[in-house]
Amino acid sequence: MSEAPTTSPTETQPLWKRKHLLSIEELSAQEIHFVLETAKSFKEVSTRSVKKVPALRGRVVVNAFFEDSTRTRTSFSLAASRLSADVIDFSEKGSSISKGETLIDTAWNIEAMGVDIIVIRHAAAGSAEVLSRTVKCSIVNAGDGAHEHPTQGLLDIYTMQEKFGRIKGLRVAIVGDIVNSRVARSNLWALTKMGAEVILVGPPTLVPRSFEKLGAQVVNDFDSVIGSVDVINMLRIQFERIKSSQFPTVREFTRFFGLTGDRFTRCRDNVFVMHPGPMNRGLEISSHIADGPHSGILTQVTNGLAVRMAVLYLVNQAQQENKVSI
Amino acid sequence: MPSLLIQHGTILDPAQNLERRTNLLIRDGRVARIGSDLGRADRVIDATGMYVTPGLIDIHVHFREPGDEEEETVASGSAAAVAGGFTTVCCMPNTKPPLDNEGQIEFILREGQRVGLANVFPIGAITKAREGKELAEIGSMLQRGAVALSDDGVGVADASVMRKALQYIKMFDGVLMQHCEEPTLGGGAMHAGVVSVSLGLPGIPPEAEQLMISRDLLLNRTIGCRYHVQHVSTAGSVELIRRAKKDKLNVTAEVAPHHLLLTDESCRGYDTNYKMNPPLRTAQDVKACIEGVKDGTIDCLATDHAPHLLEEKELEFVHAPMGIIGLECALALYVKALIEPGHVNWLKLIDMMTAKPAQIIKSDRGTLREGAVADVTIIDPNRKWKVDLSRFESKSRNCPFGGWEVTAAPVMTIVGGDVKWELAER
Repeated sequence: MSEAPTTSPTETQPLWKRKHLLSIEELSAQEIHFVLETAKSFKEVSTRSVKKVPALRGRVVVNAFFEDSTRTRTSFSLAASRLSADVIDFSEKGSSISKGETLIDTAWNIEAMGVDIIVIRHAAAGSAEVLSRTVKCSIVNAGDGAHEHPTQGLLDIYTMQEKFGRIKGLRVAIVGDIVNSRVARSNLWALTKMGAEVILVGPPTLVPRSFEKLGAQVVNDFDSVIGSVDVINMLRIQFERIKSSQFPTVREFTRFFGLTGDRFTRCRDNVFVMHPGPMNRGLEISSHIADGPHSGILTQVTNGLAVRMAVLYLVNQAQQENKVSI
Repeated sequence: MPSLLIQHGTILDPAQNLERRTNLLIRDGRVARIGSDLGRADRVIDATGMYVTPGLIDIHVHFREPGDEEEETVASGSAAAVAGGFTTVCCMPNTKPPLDNEGQIEFILREGQRVGLANVFPIGAITKAREGKELAEIGSMLQRGAVALSDDGVGVADASVMRKALQYIKMFDGVLMQHCEEPTLGGGAMHAGVVSVSLGLPGIPPEAEQLMISRDLLLNRTIGCRYHVQHVSTAGSVELIRRAKKDKLNVTAEVAPHHLLLTDESCRGYDTNYKMNPPLRTAQDVKACIEGVKDGTIDCLATDHAPHLLEEKELEFVHAPMGIIGLECALALYVKALIEPGHVNWLKLIDMMTAKPAQIIKSDRGTLREGAVADVTIIDPNRKWKVDLSRFESKSRNCPFGGWEVTAAPVMTIVGGDVKWELAER
């Protein structure tokens, strides 16, 4: 069996004390940096022939997914098994809108089975935070409504850091349905805290001006910024937004906000293209760009695993230390 | 009925512009006399250091009966009312079934009398089943004792129905109380702004409220029905009402304690006790509401006491029901919001809790004039206490003010000459 990663517990003690990961908004730049460093050592694990470390042996991780997700759940499952944890997948569609079992009940039930970490994905903003106040185990937010998707934010900046060797000073455009996007919010917090410049691009119906007060630049004309950015993070078009008139048609959206071949020719030579997936090929992003040399999309997926291993490892460790101190 | 002599208190009766340290004699359920040397009475109450005011009136409460008796009943709501110093409460018709016919109005009146604590006056629905489509039997309900009409919980969205409602209610000189929210703009979980954007919650823009107020004022300009804006929450709304009053339009308005004390910043943390409709707005809106109180744009104070089960309030923020309870801490909260910072004096505060709301519902209560029904509240303006939800008479506990350190408390509530409640540890 391989050794645990190079980061030793004594190093982690002063820097990471959170038993939950609920949002990027609550993290300091140092904490974000520390997760990225920890993830670096976990990425190395994936290159070994035996891709497993005993860091979470005997621990139980439950993936509680109340919303459809294949990628994030698979990534968390794999991350937990690489740390030697026992992993249980729990999926339940829909939410407890009426009386009956509430989300909190469900979480208590899961916890009563002796669980150490609950990874939760839920359609309602705030679910992870509310749960963290009522359970004793660790909560990792895997996406709560339009609020945050912190591991996605972390893996995105990890990928940018890997590509450019820095985050500070990068100009990053996030394009598309910002108002309904937890990925956009987590990226915004992570990037601004680490000193990058964030430009949110989309029609006013999808990018409220209020985002400026959170430290972003809001731009409606994609073409006006496309030649000056280092990173373009394309978000997925959500077709149901057409019904609420947030944009008229996919065709028109693509014309103004899609990363088309024509538009791509005006990008910087070393522009880095990202997408949290799943992609609508040919709509928000052309296939040849998504699959081309500038794309970091699959690297994001690979790095997601390392970042999630780091997060599970760190929250577990903080939980163990808390127990000792109590 | 034993006669009562309340001695040495400061009598505040805004209807008579009276503020004087003197005595009050109650006999046969009515105010017999104010003055010195009032002779003997069966019970003498020492009110030294206290304010003696007309019984407090709250024209906006939800008692959930019939239909949601596990949240509140006329009985538990009445108990909460008198414990908060309120002698008269008006309950909104959004019950199950709604109060949209005279039978339901009669039920609330009888239940209020059977309980025998506060005066419980029902408000009838404007439209059948509060659906905003057809007018309810407004005349019959008014005749039976409904004190106002409202579809509270929702506004009357259809302009043509609204115009007819104003015309029809005007015929009876009734008052239409509107929950101002344009439904196609509303429907969110909190105020639309920086906080909602950062929490990822759907927002309710201030325009949802202002649009309906503007429309109603326009429709009512030529009709002149008595039109009352419920729970004002935005600076824009205050300005609209201020201008309408300047134009001599027939409009009144109320504001709730939470809209004078809290902002949308409280929603961080997703505590559903900060979820209500209209939502908590910005500091600038709070300031504007207070200005509206000071200059008389806002006529009266009303709690929008809205009980909900803990189990429902424990749902996710976006799914949890809207509203908080307020009867038992309202007085102290108004004092904190309005008197402690020096915005209004006691006479004005009591005016907004007695004479003004009485005028809106055309009640002869809300004054201590000789001969008036003896609804009286005795208030200790200096009593310091901590809001303890576990001691509330209400059946519900959905209130964000638990643990707040406050000053001023009712010490005795007299309804129709009868002591219905008094503070145990006076």
